[in-house]
Amino acid sequence: MGAILGKKIGMTRLYNDKREAVPCTVIQAGPCYVTQVKSTAKDGYDAYQLGFGERDEKKVSKPLAGHYKKAGKNPGYILSEVSKSLIPEELAAGATVPVDIFKEGDKIDVLGVTKGKGFAGVVKRHNFGGGSRTHGQSDRLRAPGSVGGSSDPSRTFKGTRMAGRMGGENKTVQNLVIVKVMPESNIIVVKGAVPGPKNSYVKIVSTTK
Amino acid sequence: MDQLIQLVEATQQRSDIPEVRPGDTVRIQLKVIEGEKERLQAYEGVVIGDKGMGASKTITVRKISHGVGVERIIPINSPNVESVTVVRNGKARRAKLFYLRKRTGKAALKVKERKSASAQA
Repeated sequence: MGAILGKKIGMTRLYNDKREAVPCTVIQAGPCYVTQVKSTAKDGYDAYQLGFGERDEKKVSKPLAGHYKKAGKNPGYILSEVSKSLIPEELAAGATVPVDIFKEGDKIDVLGVTKGKGFAGVVKRHNFGGGSRTHGQSDRLRAPGSVGGSSDPSRTFKGTRMAGRMGGENKTVQNLVIVKVMPESNIIVVKGAVPGPKNSYVKIVSTTK
Repeated sequence: MDQLIQLVEATQQRSDIPEVRPGDTVRIQLKVIEGEKERLQAYEGVVIGDKGMGASKTITVRKISHGVGVERIIPINSPNVESVTVVRNGKARRAKLFYLRKRTGKAALKVKERKSASAQA
């Protein structure tokens, strides 16, 4: 079991024991530390609040800077809570979460914010097929088609898939496998893709499945 | 490429693979698994392009086999590659030698020879 915060660095490929090329994502997972320990007595539930990254002290509000200071840390980038049960050893505020909390072959879920696509049409956003290029069509190539009947029901149903903002939302990719852990350089290498652009922050937790 | 990615790739990058450039003629020993047994298969041809860097670098090698043009894309850091030897240094003035695909006969794999690496530089 484990949980850690990290930054997506980019993708590459590595060869496994069967000499197959495996697509991999490199994540810089640390130094990640505990900023606050939440307890049932005080907060009603048990959890660790984790911090990661660096931020200019001037750019952080004073209350938040004070919150980091309590744990003896400079202001960092993200704060995220994880259940106490996810981290095997007892940690105090300010303690570092070791990268080798995960081992090769561990199954994990990765949480992140997907790449923003802006205002996207239905072909990109909902995998619509679009219109025909031929048969006398014009300007219908990526059109959504009909969104409802005319006299009956004389309205468009709620939830009809249309163009709109796409991406930039929280997504979890489940059941990824850890390919490599490099504790001396705080690197975790994961098989497959994780949400978000390069240099975006991700949260890695042991999979619940 | 990011330094951290290089760090990860360094664990798999092979040092026994020589520098290969487009235009070079190379001989590659590939490990082939047939049933239970594993044997080596040689593949020799002209490098008509390369792609990528670090551990994921690949080269495209073209040869004429029984009158038919064959191209294989070979990940040179793959554990399936036993060895790569440069048979002949070619002098190519472009990065991708796709013009070779249109040629037939004797000229099909003709690339000028590069004298030596130091003379070139």
